[in-house]
Amino acid sequence: MHNICSNHQEQSNPMAPVQYIQKTRETYDKLGYPPYRWFHADSTPAFTSPAKPLADSRLGMISTAGTYLQGQVAYYYKDDTSIRSIPNNAPIDKIRFSHITENYLAEARQDPGTVFPLESLSTLEEEGFIGELANEYLSCMGGIYSQNRVIQELIPNLESAILKQELDLLLLVPL
Amino acid sequence: MGSALDILEAGQPPRAQFLNFPLGFEAGPFQDKAGQLDVIRQGLTGFQTFTEPGIKSLPQSWDAGWDRVNKRERGNQSDDSRSPRNTEPQYQTDEDRQLAEENI
Repeated sequence: MHNICSNHQEQSNPMAPVQYIQKTRETYDKLGYPPYRWFHADSTPAFTSPAKPLADSRLGMISTAGTYLQGQVAYYYKDDTSIRSIPNNAPIDKIRFSHITENYLAEARQDPGTVFPLESLSTLEEEGFIGELANEYLSCMGGIYSQNRVIQELIPNLESAILKQELDLLLLVPL
Repeated sequence: MGSALDILEAGQPPRAQFLNFPLGFEAGPFQDKAGQLDVIRQGLTGFQTFTEPGIKSLPQSWDAGWDRVNKRERGNQSDDSRSPRNTEPQYQTDEDRQLAEENI
């Protein structure tokens, strides 16, 4: 989840990764806001190696960019825990975004492939690099401030939809 | 996949590929289909190469993208670029709103 943090890289080392958490903390302090509470995992995740090669696997995707297909209801910006299903053959020019940090979407709204790799995944399936794609990709709002609502509402929504897709692999593309 | 390394680290994903691009380009460079395909192809190889939980860096770099975004941000005088938080659907276009409301 990204909030008020700039994309600037450090001048002293242009290739150093941006410290977004620190920048957010500094910006909140400057604005007089209480500190933003970033999620910090408290345990090492479960790890399972794929049972099959990528070329034999069924792959799904979750986008947290507030992605919707024209004709669907857009996301709202106050802790929206709903999800959308987007057909994998949706026209790329009908892909839309409604995410609270709209400043990151200027280019994606012209070229959705920068954050929603629908065309790249289709190409990789055609090449045989990926065995099969889920019929529908999933999206959600990545800017939910309530960790409780993420855990109690969003994740169960996503889990239920994912399990129906009978996937081998799942790609998460956050904004 | 992700482009905010410190946020990825905080989340401790089972496996993640870090792409050192500005936020908003996590799936590849702007108006560059070949570049986007390369990013996703290499990102997906992580399913075959990770043998334990962790985060690896993808090799791609994109100076033109950083220049583009930094130039835009320098022109933004506001420290708080978030949109107002409410429960109204935030459509990208008015046409989107009309089409969605017809479907409800």
